[in-house]
Amino acid sequence: MGGKKPEGMVLINEQGLRADGRRADQLRNIKIEAGVLKQADGSCYLEWGGNKVLAAVYGPRECHPRHDQDPTKARVRVRYNMAAFSVSDRTRPGPDRRSQEISKISSEALDHVVLAHLYPKNAIDVFIEIIEAEAGTRCAGVTAAAVALADAGIPMRGMVTSVAAGKVDGKVCLDLSREEDNFGETDFPVAYVNNTKEIVLLQQDGHFSPDEVSEALEMTQRAADEIYELQKAALLRKYQQMAGAEDVEGDAGHEPQIEPEPQIEPEPQIEPEPQPEPQSEPVHDTGVEN
Amino acid sequence: MSSDIIAEIKRDYLVQLAKDGKRHDGRGFDQFRDVTISTRYIQQAEGSARVRLGDTDVIVGVKMNVGTPYPDAPADGTLTTSAELRPMATSDFEIGPPSQESIEIARVVDRGIRESKCLDFAALCIKPKEKIWMTWLDMHAVDYDGNLFDASSLGCIAALMTATVPASKITGIEGVGPMADFPMPVKDVPVMTTAVKLGGQILFDPTSIEGKVGGPRLSVSFDREGNVRAMQKGLGGAFTADEVKEIVRRGGQHAIELRAILEKSL
Repeated sequence: MGGKKPEGMVLINEQGLRADGRRADQLRNIKIEAGVLKQADGSCYLEWGGNKVLAAVYGPRECHPRHDQDPTKARVRVRYNMAAFSVSDRTRPGPDRRSQEISKISSEALDHVVLAHLYPKNAIDVFIEIIEAEAGTRCAGVTAAAVALADAGIPMRGMVTSVAAGKVDGKVCLDLSREEDNFGETDFPVAYVNNTKEIVLLQQDGHFSPDEVSEALEMTQRAADEIYELQKAALLRKYQQMAGAEDVEGDAGHEPQIEPEPQIEPEPQIEPEPQPEPQSEPVHDTGVEN
Repeated sequence: MSSDIIAEIKRDYLVQLAKDGKRHDGRGFDQFRDVTISTRYIQQAEGSARVRLGDTDVIVGVKMNVGTPYPDAPADGTLTTSAELRPMATSDFEIGPPSQESIEIARVVDRGIRESKCLDFAALCIKPKEKIWMTWLDMHAVDYDGNLFDASSLGCIAALMTATVPASKITGIEGVGPMADFPMPVKDVPVMTTAVKLGGQILFDPTSIEGKVGGPRLSVSFDREGNVRAMQKGLGGAFTADEVKEIVRRGGQHAIELRAILEKSL
């Protein structure tokens, strides 16, 4: 926010479409893949518009340093980090104030859904690497981190999905692009717990009337529902692939049964039961139309 | 005894109190503690304020110096905000590099000020592309009983509103003649209000213990027109969308009251 809009720059045209052709309440394309790293206990790769994000989870494991330990529950520790090459001007490696703040609020967001009391004195470490950035990296990071937690089999109350709204040319819009983020009036990142609609992360900078706050909340909640389906699908795909591989190994020649619709559990936080059907469908590209 | 353990012990008590419509210090849910604001407190600073919000005590100083502008804002002054959570304020604060808590407070307070456009950065330009005023806003928490967000925010805007730009001190900039000191160009008065959720209730101006028993916190910064300029959810726990709207609605009223207290004490 706060950048001065160049003279004559139009972010929303007369048809109500944005510079990249999206409607006000339309997401950028999102692609999610679970279980992409070998060493981590859980991981996720996520592309969201021009953002490329990796998230990895280690733990529950012994919490170091010791003074970080909580005798009643596990510490959920998120480290958000931007790669030096992820933005147009190289960023200095290492934590800066911005990334420390994002790490803090992301930890607090995910801590709410993780059943941390099951692992006293442990740490659940979540690493978010922004490989390439195009506005909305903290939302992309939290969304990927939640998938990585589920992929690691960490017991969770629900899935966390994060998305931002903002204000562009005086209009509340969903999921700002880089240009809109630089020259828009407001940024409003939110994270929801999908099954309860609770808000676990909320920030705003810029200008919103109280009514616009309500509008942005409704817009982001609808979008979070859409993104949640992609998170769930990514997890299902991973476990179906695993089950498929085992199936081929242990029972060669057996004709796998392919169900047209994967059985989707209503409770996504529970690690999906490995299902015997292999599914070779590649990474799912969202048609986030409508 | 560690205050974490005290919070653990007192949680049920505080939650039960909240369910009964009460707070441990006898306040109502919407009642702020007494606020006293003194300004022009530090003579060496260009502007300063000391804010007491109940037993929370914050000292804020404004320092200014001449610097070069950022290339993308060649005719704008700059603002840098930082928070020092001194170990003298509570046993929870430790010496060492800035903690995530102090970074969060500084950045949230900064956003409230910056995004309300209350500082006229153009008026803090001395010579475009070459010399501008850099403003440093430093807050020191010296006694801590919760809600540093609102106390610091009040202290920062009070210090800015009473600051004087030491323009008469600058010499030797080519093409810039002698200047007189002038008041800090402050155009709006952003005020932050913070609430926590406890036992399903929304409590404004949380004390230290009310902020430590596990409920989420929401800070909202309002400009003079009642628009929201910055928000931050912090701590564990979660809000519903309706609770957020409720905090914005009620917080907006408290911001008006706090702004009146602030303006009266300048």
